[in-house]
Amino acid sequence: MDKHFIARGVRRCSTRQFLLWILPWAALLAFGLYSAGLCLIEGLNQTNMDNRFAFGLWIYLDLTVIALGAGAFFTGFLLYILKVEELRAVINSAVVIGLVCYSGAIAVLMVDVGQPLRAWFTFWYPNVHSMLTEVTFCLSCYLTVLLIEYLPIVLKNRKLRQVPSFLVFEFELHKLMYVLAGVGTFLSFFHQGSLGGLYGVLRGRPFAFREGLAVWPSTFFLFIISAAAVGPSFVLLTTWLVQKISRKPLVRPAVLQLLGRISGLLLAVYVLAKAVDTLVWINRTSPESGFPAAQYYSWRPFGTWILFAEIVLFGLVPALILLAPKLRARTGWLVSAAAMACCGVALNRFVMTIQTLALPTLSFDKFLSYYPSWQETGTFLAVVAYGVLVYSFSFRYFQLFPEERELKLEVREQEEVFIWRTTSSSAPCTQ
Amino acid sequence: MTAPKKYGMSIDVDRCTGCGSCMVACAVENNIPPARPGANDRNGLTWIRVYKVDNGEDYPGKRSAFVPVLCQQCGEHTPCASVCPQQAVDVDPQTGVVGQMPERCLGCRYCMAACPYHARYFNWWDPRWPAGMEKTLNPDVAPRMRGVVEKCNFCHGRWHAAKEKAAAAGKTEIQPGDYVPACVEACPTGAIRFGDLNDPSNDLRHPDSFRLLEKLGTDPKIYYRSKRDWVRQAGQAARPVSPEKEASRG
Repeated sequence: MDKHFIARGVRRCSTRQFLLWILPWAALLAFGLYSAGLCLIEGLNQTNMDNRFAFGLWIYLDLTVIALGAGAFFTGFLLYILKVEELRAVINSAVVIGLVCYSGAIAVLMVDVGQPLRAWFTFWYPNVHSMLTEVTFCLSCYLTVLLIEYLPIVLKNRKLRQVPSFLVFEFELHKLMYVLAGVGTFLSFFHQGSLGGLYGVLRGRPFAFREGLAVWPSTFFLFIISAAAVGPSFVLLTTWLVQKISRKPLVRPAVLQLLGRISGLLLAVYVLAKAVDTLVWINRTSPESGFPAAQYYSWRPFGTWILFAEIVLFGLVPALILLAPKLRARTGWLVSAAAMACCGVALNRFVMTIQTLALPTLSFDKFLSYYPSWQETGTFLAVVAYGVLVYSFSFRYFQLFPEERELKLEVREQEEVFIWRTTSSSAPCTQ
Repeated sequence: MTAPKKYGMSIDVDRCTGCGSCMVACAVENNIPPARPGANDRNGLTWIRVYKVDNGEDYPGKRSAFVPVLCQQCGEHTPCASVCPQQAVDVDPQTGVVGQMPERCLGCRYCMAACPYHARYFNWWDPRWPAGMEKTLNPDVAPRMRGVVEKCNFCHGRWHAAKEKAAAAGKTEIQPGDYVPACVEACPTGAIRFGDLNDPSNDLRHPDSFRLLEKLGTDPKIYYRSKRDWVRQAGQAARPVSPEKEASRG
């Protein structure tokens, strides 16, 4: 039915199969939209957040997806600025992932604030000292950049290419890609850093407060490095997952290994920086605020295991796997390490958001726990469903993996050679 | 031009009986609506909240105290003011009072996360008063809408009223007795006192006094007083806990 919209030379499942695939995700999205609608209409009393747990699942989700979506800017930076041409094979996919992550995060933020209609106030009365102002400006600008970067992918659609003006527009946009990649990188560095800075500047929360360079706390830099490290891992993971689900080779294994190597290298730098930062925080920053760091880990379930998991288990271990060429060459190790790296960053964002708020600062206050309500969880799931749907449609109708056609031909040639060899070897000798 | 003030408070913990009069007076003065069904101590509005504190010992050594906690009106690096993305929080240079503008607040709650004293409150519900009760509202204080943050502002409505009274009398300075927050007025034991910290004639900063979490360097303007060492210690960061008690925490 929709075959005229599917790129030439690639094969996609039938419309019926595709509808069956998107149906559960669409249902999940509808449920999530209902949950979000309740929060918008009835108010944030629909959530389990409170005056102590001012942030909850949504802010955690935002921080995590924005870190995972960093593959878009970092892959663009490596391809267009540092000329790592091999990454052209995944750049379109990375842009879609980035678009999904950033737009999903901004949509959730709109539900999370008490007065969404006042969102423009930040642009009108900006407080230049607030990290959140920096985040708001950079996120909005970068989402615009991502939308422009997404346009050529859409305009390359087989049907849309038939409109000459679209073709010209797309060609012109391509010339801009280097500029957009540069702007995107600049904006992304800042907002990834500002997200880290959000917590690092909290002088009143010694668990999160960090010293740093000039106006930027160390978390500013740690968030940039960790996002740059995990972005390629998430692109790797997504590509592998799409290959598995679609049962098609989409990129050459060398590209995935390259992504893994980049991720491993940056993850190693991150682990080192994080370890140094933690030592400075334990021995100087926190005690100077009157809080011995050991006491943070006396509140269960947040024991020292969480620090170990964050730095060693989901930091050092995947970094070493990704840096070892022999392990990296094996898909199982490569994908597992990438998944561990993603988990590590998700855990770090959890610690910064949830553990920071759970710990009491006043000695006579209680340690509190928080469980998201079904409305919060529903809204969270809506972002997941939205992401899967946008990616699924993009994969079906746009060419996310430029090497797919070539790889398909190579596979067909190999199959033909194999068939020829098996038939010729099994054929009776005529001489 | 009047000399800048630095309004502050002194709370004598040894005198506080935990009666809660300050909380009631504050709610009435500042048009804080009655709690909605489903509200609890974690999502209600209590600009001033009385905590019961003990010395951590078992009977017969157990001792208790009541510590009223309100916005500490931080002076240095005011944690909530610097983080607000749209300047809805400001520190008035004329009074030193940290103000909140609900009509500009986005409801992002970043200031709440930044406040070490947990003294900021979010309007999780629309404010509603039972029929007839709206007639008791204070006309000098605007009720806040759902989705914005609010906190103690040293009864700013009263400060405006005192300014108007002084202006009507042809004066530029307000009389100290004309501006007293509701909690100070309501305290039956006189545990809460209020005044200008720049004025050397008052003893708000007594040698016995301490401030909450002083090492954070936020320079609060609320001075607590107690002759008991354990109370003074409780005002600082969490106390060391014995392994048995620590085990029971989680």
